[in-house]
Formats: sequence, structure tokens, C-alpha cells
Amino acid sequence: MKLSLYVNGTLCHSEIAPGTTLLEFLRGKGLMGAKAGCDTGSCGLCTVWVDEVPILSCTYPAARAQGKHVTTIEGMRQQAALLGRYLAENGSEQCGYCSPGLIMTVLALEKEHPAATDAEISAYLAGNLCRCSGYAGQLAGIRAYLNRGKGALE
Amino acid sequence: MLDIREYIIPQSLEEAAALVRKSPANRIVGGGCWLRMERRPYGTWVDLSALGLDQIHAEDGWVQIGSGCTLRMLEVSELLRETFGSCFADCVSSIVGVQFRNCATVGGSVYGRFGFSDLCTLLLSLEADVLLHSRGAVPMEEFLRTPRHGERDLLLGVRIPQDGRRAAFAAFRRTATDLPVLNTAVSVSGASWRIAVGARPAAAALARQAGARLASGAAPAEAACTASEELRFGDNMRGSGAYRKALCRVLVAQCAGRLKEGLR
Repeated sequence: MKLSLYVNGTLCHSEIAPGTTLLEFLRGKGLMGAKAGCDTGSCGLCTVWVDEVPILSCTYPAARAQGKHVTTIEGMRQQAALLGRYLAENGSEQCGYCSPGLIMTVLALEKEHPAATDAEISAYLAGNLCRCSGYAGQLAGIRAYLNRGKGALE
Repeated sequence: MLDIREYIIPQSLEEAAALVRKSPANRIVGGGCWLRMERRPYGTWVDLSALGLDQIHAEDGWVQIGSGCTLRMLEVSELLRETFGSCFADCVSSIVGVQFRNCATVGGSVYGRFGFSDLCTLLLSLEADVLLHSRGAVPMEEFLRTPRHGERDLLLGVRIPQDGRRAAFAAFRRTATDLPVLNTAVSVSGASWRIAVGARPAAAALARQAGARLASGAAPAEAACTASEELRFGDNMRGSGAYRKALCRVLVAQCAGRLKEGLR
């Protein structure tokens, strides 16, 4: 079946199998930022935005994205790099496999709650699992990122 | 890759209804959140996302929620918060994560009549009707008792009477974001109290005697005790029937107590 959608602002026309997930479609296009983790919609590694809303691309049918605007971490390089600095500064990660999904969720959080409290950060990120960080470093890094410009690392 | 023969996005309700009636192999896909849990071939998926069923609005004394609304929309809806308090946000905010709730739909949650559904329990307590394309409005209680197998209808949404009813919701999970061991919702409008208990692990059911006790002035703990006696609880991997019965006494008392405090 035919699929037309915007990926990181660029219109794409493709022929896809009906059962293609959005994650498979994006990775097939060479956009390898979104990762396959649990593959059952539980871990958040595959997070991308559809029309500015974070979703799980491993369970989202690519066909449903017809005409929509999909944003991956490759389309958010500058913001992702800045957030990545804060995560690294706070020792937030070890293997880094969950980082692209985490970063896309944090950037969505920033749009909705730019001054999110620790409790709001934790609640918003409940769907992003990390097997090696223990989350404390991530919380510190995200808190520092959201508080940047208030005397934190710039 | 999901094993699907064909993916159709109908442009009208009539087209969608005809597809669903045509063959049992033509299945409606809601948010699609559970489909990765199954590894089996599907015939045709019918995707209702182009039918404008993703609206929440008030009309003629009802609040209507379209089946295409996501759980996240329920969580952040100002209309629902103004009309019913925070119960919708309380109900859905522990369901996996924000991304999951941006995918999972009201239609997928309600049509499945899942025993563990938090949303079905809340809707039952709020005296909601389920809006079906062919059958029209069906009370939630009746809908939950009807087996879904063999049903060939479209779920358009739910409607809740806008009669000043307020509700409180509480659930117990073994770990955050897991499915609930038990969930409860209590609502009140005037002297009418409704107590719904779900994840028993069977689908949500009303505790009518307990609701009547609250209406006659009984304390929340007494009504909760009645609820735990009049409903049946079973065992599964998340908890035993006896444990659920004990939880019911705690959660129903919590919800009723919060509402009684709010009424003072």
C-alpha cells in the first residue's frame, strides 16, 4: 500500500506492507535513532513524535501516519545534543541504548511543562525504562536541563 | 512486522460498518497497543482514525467522548476535569507511560471489556452509556455483561450524564504502571451513590447494596465492607480472591471518604 507522510519536515512517498510498524518504516529509511526494545509498547525506546505528540512507534501502524508529521531524534539534533550534554554531565547513562527514546520524551515534556517538578518529570517518564541507570542520574540531568539559564550548565 | 493482509482506513461510518459486517476477518484496530502481544495472522484491519471520533464535548446534558480519543486526552481534558473533577486523570495516569496513553484509545479500552480496565470501572460508576453504531446507546453495565465475540458493531464512543455527578477512583498495583490488582470507582449525584469494582479479576461490576448503604448515611468503611461481601473475587497471577476482597474494603472506603469530604 502507498504511504505519504512528512518525516522530519520532508515529504516521503513509500510503498509499504500493510503490517509495517512506524518503527520499521523509519529504520528502513535509515533513521536508526529510534530503537527496538521490548517491541510490545512497554519500554519507550522507540519513542518518536506524530504531529508533535510522543508515541510508541513499535506498535503504531505506519499506515496510520498517512499525511501526518513524524519527528525522530534525527530531526531534533540541536535540542538532543544539548540535553545529551546535561545527561552526560550527570552520569545519567551507561549503555545509552534508551537515550533516543528518553530524549524524545523529555523534549515533549519540556513543551508541555517547561518548569516540571521532580514528581512531574518522574510521572511523565514512567514509560521510559532504563536497565542500567537507576534513574537518579537521569532525573538530575533532566532537572538541570529544564533549569538551564537559571545558573546551571549552559 | 505485523502479519496483516490489508489495512483500510474508511472515510465514512457506513463504509466502516459494511466492512465489519462483511467478514469476521475484518477487525477494527483501536490504539493497537496489545497487538504486539499476539503473534498471529490478521485478515483486514479497519482503522477508524479518519472518522473524527476523537472529540470530547458536552451536548444536551451529556458529555460525549469519542472512541478515537486517546487515554492521554482524557487525562488532560479541561472539560472532563471541570465536569467530573480529577477522576479521569486519576484513572488513566498510571497506565504505562505518556507515549502509551497517546496511542491507547477509549474504543480499544472499552470494546475489549477487559477485566483489568481502569476506564471501564470509572465509566460504570459514572452511569455511562456506550454508543454503538447499530444498537445505539447501551448502558455500560449491560455492555460489560455482553460477550464481545461474534459482535459486529462499531463503538462510536461513550456518553456520561452531566447531572453534577462527581467520582473518585483508586487502584492498587503491585508495581507502578502494571495492570491493577483491583480498581474501584465511587460516584455520587445528590443521594445516588454508585460503587464499581473492577479487576476482580472479572470485568467491573456494581456493588448496589453498598451504594444504597452510603445513600442511607452509612460510613465509608461500612459500605466498603458491604461491597466486599456482595461482589465475587477470583484468583489470578496478580492476587488471590481473598486479597482482592481485603483490598476492596480499603479502596472503596478511600473513594467514598474522599467524596464525602468533598461534599462537606
